[in-house]
Amino acid sequence: MPDQPRIERPHPERPQSEKPMIEIRDVTRSYGAFKALDDASLTIREGEFFSLLGPSGCGKTTLLRMIAGFDNPTSGSISVGGQSMEGIPANRRPTNMVFQSYAIFPHLNVEQNVAYGLKRLKLQGAEEKRRVEEALAQVSLNGLGKRRATELSGGQRQRVALARALVMRPKVLLLDEPLSALDKKLREQMQVELRRLQQAVGITFVLVTHDQYEALAMSDRIAVMFGGRIAQVASPKEIYQRPVNRQVADFLGGMNFVKAEIVEENGASLVVDTLGFGRVRTDKPKAFVRNGGGATLGIRPERLRVLWDNATAKFEVAGKVVERHYFGEITHLIVEIPGLEKPLSVTETNDFGADDIPVGTSIRLAYDPEALVAMAD
Amino acid sequence: MTAAAEGSAPLRMTRARRNALLQSEPVQGFALISPTFLYALILLVLPILVVIAHSFWTQHYLTIDRTFTLENYRIALTEPIYRDLLWRSLYISLTVSLFTVILAYPIAYFISFHGGRHKSLWLFLITIPFWTSYLLRVMSWKVILGYNGVLNSGLMGLGLIDEPSTALLYNSSAVIITLTHAWAAFAILPIFVSLEKVDRTLVEAATDLGDGPLRSFLRVTLPLSAPGIISAALIVMIPTVGDYVTPKLVGGKDGVMIANAIQAQFGKAANWPLGAALSVTTMVIVSLMAGATVLIIRTLQRMAR
Repeated sequence: MPDQPRIERPHPERPQSEKPMIEIRDVTRSYGAFKALDDASLTIREGEFFSLLGPSGCGKTTLLRMIAGFDNPTSGSISVGGQSMEGIPANRRPTNMVFQSYAIFPHLNVEQNVAYGLKRLKLQGAEEKRRVEEALAQVSLNGLGKRRATELSGGQRQRVALARALVMRPKVLLLDEPLSALDKKLREQMQVELRRLQQAVGITFVLVTHDQYEALAMSDRIAVMFGGRIAQVASPKEIYQRPVNRQVADFLGGMNFVKAEIVEENGASLVVDTLGFGRVRTDKPKAFVRNGGGATLGIRPERLRVLWDNATAKFEVAGKVVERHYFGEITHLIVEIPGLEKPLSVTETNDFGADDIPVGTSIRLAYDPEALVAMAD
Repeated sequence: MTAAAEGSAPLRMTRARRNALLQSEPVQGFALISPTFLYALILLVLPILVVIAHSFWTQHYLTIDRTFTLENYRIALTEPIYRDLLWRSLYISLTVSLFTVILAYPIAYFISFHGGRHKSLWLFLITIPFWTSYLLRVMSWKVILGYNGVLNSGLMGLGLIDEPSTALLYNSSAVIITLTHAWAAFAILPIFVSLEKVDRTLVEAATDLGDGPLRSFLRVTLPLSAPGIISAALIVMIPTVGDYVTPKLVGGKDGVMIANAIQAQFGKAANWPLGAALSVTTMVIVSLMAGATVLIIRTLQRMAR
């Protein structure tokens, strides 16, 4: 089976530093009986593009606001650049934030907005002007310095918010769902630009988002959060291909789940019995904790391939198409496999006519056992 | 048949044209505003026109001579007594607006930023003094500031003064104190409304960019609440210039204001045209002052950057 196509990065990767920039140790934030954040620990490295991903109410924004200093942990500690942030107010932290609503000062023009934080530094007039212009150029807003904040489009406002934070040369730039207010096309364009900008300036970016594709496309590493807890911290590829549990797998794209019985468990691998896929040997995920004799096996819909005519594969399952959904470049097939309680969903590109397979057809599907991922129940 | 058809054609056309006119937007607009427009015309515009007309006439004991004259304005602008009264009225109203805004701002700020769930309760409490008559409230200031009043006996009890001070009541300061108290709520409300409109994330953004609480207030909250400050200043300034009850009750000899003179011209002195000229002069000057206030606050807002 050929490799999955990788997400192409517009720029060569910046060499990753292993030096920690933000250290979050056992941080809990309670509001009465409700725990917005429950004993979270996390290390974000210097120069890293790090995303906090999760559904609304998972505590990702609370964590970001605590790094910024707008909220304080009930217990636990946060340090930035090796310095404990305890008792340090937001205005004296080496972090700057891009707000979800952008929070552009409406009574100031673009230049004055960007220069807002520089005023306190009491720079020379020329030096201040140079830094403002440099920041505006970084976000491609040259020449718009005299525009009033009220005359800007959504995308431009976002760039002003970025420039206003970058001009401060923070150790860490915090981004609170910065793209959620933009339309789809602009959002995709800004994803590429944000990543490019981060690679160019080399500042640690911490992004909060509920959009899995945004996190996958931009980040060096992702922390997936649910209900105030961090479920998994890993690279986008690992998070997508080796999700640590069903919740993570389900949140990041589609996943077929198959019930499995554990036959053998050792250090690095796991042998399980399934009804549809037979006996399978898979890598044991690092965070796998056995819970009784059962486990769940997952396979992404695009890792199942339709076998045409007499083609054969080393690993295949047979079934019947029960539903077909056309999406332009791809087709979703729902395939019933004898023995499986839930039909498999299959994503097939339309190059070979998957969109023409009639409902009711018996087909065979090829898969790579490598693509089967074991998850704790 | 043909003749009849020819005859009816232009008739149909005029009807069509009339319907088009009735359905046009400006006509419908006028129709919609006509009740309020008539109200404003009869109760606001006409009386002002009558006053303006009177100001160019002359009173001859019981009759009014309707020949055009500027004599009333000459008296209103050059007689020292009226000039002094006008200046004093402007001084009092400006001082009152300034103090009212300065005192009202922290209250409005507190309710808006720290009122929490009880904002409406706080606003409700502020209106409580208005449940009693204005006269009662002025009278109670007399009780506080009077010769044997609360303030004097309090200060004497503390041994700070030996005999009751007469400097408290019956002067322009007494008028300023009473008016400042009386108009507080009218200043709190517009400032509160404009503070409510200030996006709290803007204050967070200012903090994030390095401003402490005082700087973020001066650079973001205060300039953004300028519209509320302007309305508060105007709402207090415009009516207090023409206030007549307060100076009459607590102003004494030194606290007389232009409205008292106008009242005298329309009453005892029975010189309506002079009273009208004084009114018009006051109106013009108040308008100019209001415009100047708006300009000054806007300039200050721009300087806050």
